[in-house]
This record gives sequence, structure tokens and C-alpha cells, in this order.
Amino acid sequence: MHPAYSVILFTTASGAGYGLLALLGLTGANHGSASDFWFGAASMLVALGLITVGLLSSTFHLGHPERAWRAFSQWRSSWLSREGVLAVATYVPACLFGLLWVMPDSNEILLKLLGTVTAILAMVTVVCTAMIYASLPTIRAWRHWMVVPVYLIFSIATGAALLFALASVFGRTGIPALGIITIVALTLAAVAKLIYWAGIDNMKPMYTMGDATGLGGDVRQWELPHTSENYIQSEMGFRVARKHGQKLRMIVGGCLVAAMVLVWLAFAFGGGAGPVLAVLAVVLAGVGAVVERWLFFAQAKHVVSLFYGEQSV
Amino acid sequence: MTTLPDTTRPGQKKLGLVIDLDTCVGCQACAVSCKEWNTQGYSAPLTDLEPYGPDPSGAWLNRIHGYETGEGDNARGLHFPRSCLHCETPACVTVCPTGASYKREEDGIVLVNPDTCIGCKLCSWACPYGAREYDQDDGVMKKCTLCVDRIYNENLEPEDRKPACVKACPTGARHFGDLGDENSGVSQLVKSRGGFELLPQMDYKPVNRYLPPRARRDKAGDVEAAPLETVGKGDGSLAERVFSWIDEVLS
Repeated sequence: MHPAYSVILFTTASGAGYGLLALLGLTGANHGSASDFWFGAASMLVALGLITVGLLSSTFHLGHPERAWRAFSQWRSSWLSREGVLAVATYVPACLFGLLWVMPDSNEILLKLLGTVTAILAMVTVVCTAMIYASLPTIRAWRHWMVVPVYLIFSIATGAALLFALASVFGRTGIPALGIITIVALTLAAVAKLIYWAGIDNMKPMYTMGDATGLGGDVRQWELPHTSENYIQSEMGFRVARKHGQKLRMIVGGCLVAAMVLVWLAFAFGGGAGPVLAVLAVVLAGVGAVVERWLFFAQAKHVVSLFYGEQSV
Repeated sequence: MTTLPDTTRPGQKKLGLVIDLDTCVGCQACAVSCKEWNTQGYSAPLTDLEPYGPDPSGAWLNRIHGYETGEGDNARGLHFPRSCLHCETPACVTVCPTGASYKREEDGIVLVNPDTCIGCKLCSWACPYGAREYDQDDGVMKKCTLCVDRIYNENLEPEDRKPACVKACPTGARHFGDLGDENSGVSQLVKSRGGFELLPQMDYKPVNRYLPPRARRDKAGDVEAAPLETVGKGDGSLAERVFSWIDEVLS
């Protein structure tokens, strides 16, 4: 599948934003008002900012962005529509929670309620994003049971790295729970991805060119319908990643492991270098997530490629 | 509305095409005729980019592939037209976030409303048959309409109320009709020729059917033919010999 940059940016940026938002919601629900106004305000702005940038970038690949509002209408059948509805719906409790959270001595019950609702909606939105892909019967690599968990765990891992960095920058180093959550989440992200990659590499082909054409047996292509590449080939027949797949996977793993080490260093030795190490960890986790998402698209084969020369998928 | 209509009612009309892989000669007349009609009909404009440049591209609703099966003496090439199959349970419709993609209840035709399509391309990802092509210039998805603007068009003569591709096919390899009606011509044809659907395993329940190539015949039949007319072995008259001489000179 063709990896559109706007979609990669959307899923990774909004994923990190929703992960951060969910963690902030849980923090508020468990610990009451933010310990520092500026830390609270900056964290909420980063979370909502990433979500907004992601959502806006997702409209860039539309043929008619001005009609994007229509996408809220078909939530009964379409995961894309559900995602749009939930993404917008999440802003309401998130903004209310944010306002309440940065104020000192807010009503604890209200904060608990809004924080929990925000966290749940944020995670459900990420599930909807993943389901847009996981619900397509035409792309077997996306039907893998790890697709939804991978989207969730990458959202939480990148969100946790962001929260750890924000806490470090605002002088809140050495919060054991936060450091541990970040390291565990990054580890889980790497493990989840390994399971996913092993899963799709070991998938036995399900359909052949003989099945697709209904001619059965050994079928070969001898003539293309057109002289130059068409939309179907450029969108669904993307092949570039097959060559560099293994190297790119190692880059993803390397980035996640390096981010883990940096978080650990910042957590254990912190000091003046803490914030720098923590921000660097966010950058690495971000790069890892972007490359992972690029591979998610680029390595997925579409059934239609059987009509264009692929022998089996 | 992108939720699907109930098409399980008895007598449900299922308009579709039956394509004969035995007689299709791959002339591309159906594809060209489709493009010609649809670039000025419901799907207009059906844009081509750089049509005369080094790397032309554009949206076409019908593509004719060439495949080869079998080995050695049994190898055979065939032409394979591919367009929307107007499935009974099309995921391209249900994934649409705006309601622009829909399946008509009255005849099962799957259409895109070009005024509400946002061009997200998700429907093309959901189609296993590559039936939907994105129009880069128009910013919306294009697909076969089964010439909905011909088949009910009272401005056309009754014999012209068929999809453009069916009208254009010089070998009669394309047939149009109601596949929901067991007694229709197309249903009978599918029955008699063992017509099949594409990728039934995927459960999209395509309406269109393909007729398989007929079994190969290894040699032509023996035909009792009269010997060729002889020249110059006639009655031996002068005229005959003169003509015979002219014939030899000219040969």
C-alpha cells in the first residue's frame, strides 16, 4: 500500500497526542489538580496540539477537504466516520478536563470523572483509527490481530515518552511511576511490533492469481491493460519497501531501544542533562513510530495486486 | 447512506454484466466506448492527465488485462476485462464515511455521488477487484455506473439502452441484464456456460459473472470440400489456351 505522508503524520502525531491525553487524564483522575500550572498547561497544549495537527494533516490527502464535515455522518457502518466523530467528541471532555486540571483545588469528583472519560475517549479514538485498517478484508497484513494492540501501545508509548520529557523539562524529574511506565510501554511497543512482523512474515498466501481471475491453476500475466502506471498500481501496488524492509525494521527497534535507554539514563542519573536526554528520547520514539507506520503501509499487500502480476497474497 | 439495502428479497433486481472470456478478443473497444460515454455522462469529467505526454495517466472504469494459462500445447492466452462487479455486500460502500458511496435498492447498482465524495480513497482500498479509480483532477472517486444514464434513458432508442461497453463489443462478449431473475437471458447464459464469480472466498457476493473459455480443440474438424477450380485444363480451344497463357504470364 502506498504510504501517504499525511496519513503517517496523522496516525503517529494524533496517536502520540491521544496517548499523552489519556495519561494526563489518568494522572488528573488519580492525583487531582496539576502540581504546576505551566506544566499542566504545556502538557495539555502539546497533547491537543498534536491531535489537532494530526487531524488537520489527515484532511490534506482528501480530494475535497472542504467537504470533510460530511465524514461525521456514516458512523453506523464506517470506522473512518466513527473515528472522526470520536476525535471531535474527545475535545469536549478533554478541554473541560484541561481547564479544571490546571486550576488549583478543583472539584475532585469532577476531575476524576472528566479525566477518566477523556482517557477512555482518547483510547477508543485510537482503536477506531486502527480499525479503519484492521477492518479491510482486502489487506491481510492489516487483518492481523496485533494491529489494534500495536496502534494502542504505540500511542501510549509515544505519549508516555512525551509526558516524561515534559515532566523533566518542568523540573519534575525522578517520578518513579512515570519513568517505569515509559520504559515498559516502549518495551511493549517493540515486542508488539516483533510479534506483528513475525505474524505477517509467516502468513501463508491465501489467494493466487488463479483465484483472482477465476481461471484456476497457474495463471501468468502477459499484457497490462495500460502502458503507464495507473491509480490502482501506484496506490495499491507499492513495492519500494520490500527491498529495505529488514533494515527499516531494525531502525524501528533501534530507535525504541535507544529511547528506552535514554529514559532510563534521564531517570537514573537525571541532573542537568535529564531534560535533554528525555527530549531526545521523544525524538527517537517519534522516529521509530513514523518508520513503523511507514512500514505498516509499505509492506502490506493488497488483493488487487493479483490482477497486476503478483502471484499470491 | 452507506449501510446496505436489504437485497435478499425474492425477485430483487440485480443488474450486472456477463463477460465471455472465450470470445473477448481484447480489442479495447469496450474500454474506449466506456471512457467516451462516461467522460460526458454521470461520471464526467473522467480526467486524463498528460494524455499525450511521456507518462499519461487517468481514470478509466474498465481495464482489459491479458493472461496466459496452461503449459506447452495447452497454453492459451486470453483477454480479461475488469470493471465494477456491483457486489451484493460491497465493503467499498460500507467503509465510506460520507454516504457518497451507495448501493441502489431498486437495481443493485453501486454508485458514487460526486457531490458528496471527499476523495479519501478508502473505498478503493476496500475493493478487492480494483474497480474504483481516483480522479486526481476532479478529487473524487470514479467507478462503473453500469451506464445508469443510458439504461433508463428514454431519449435513447430502446435498443441503445444498454451499457456503452456492451453496445461496443464487436464479438458479443459482453452481456447485460438482470442476474436476480433466474429466467433472464443473462442468467440462462451463466447457467449453460458455467459462469463464475470472482473471488467468492472474499464474500463480497459480486453480481457480474464471467464465462470460462471453452475447452480447447486440438485440430480443426475435417470438412468435405470440393477441389479447387482448375485453370488451363479446359477444352483445349484457342481461347482457352490464350487465357491460360495470360494466366501464366500474370501469375
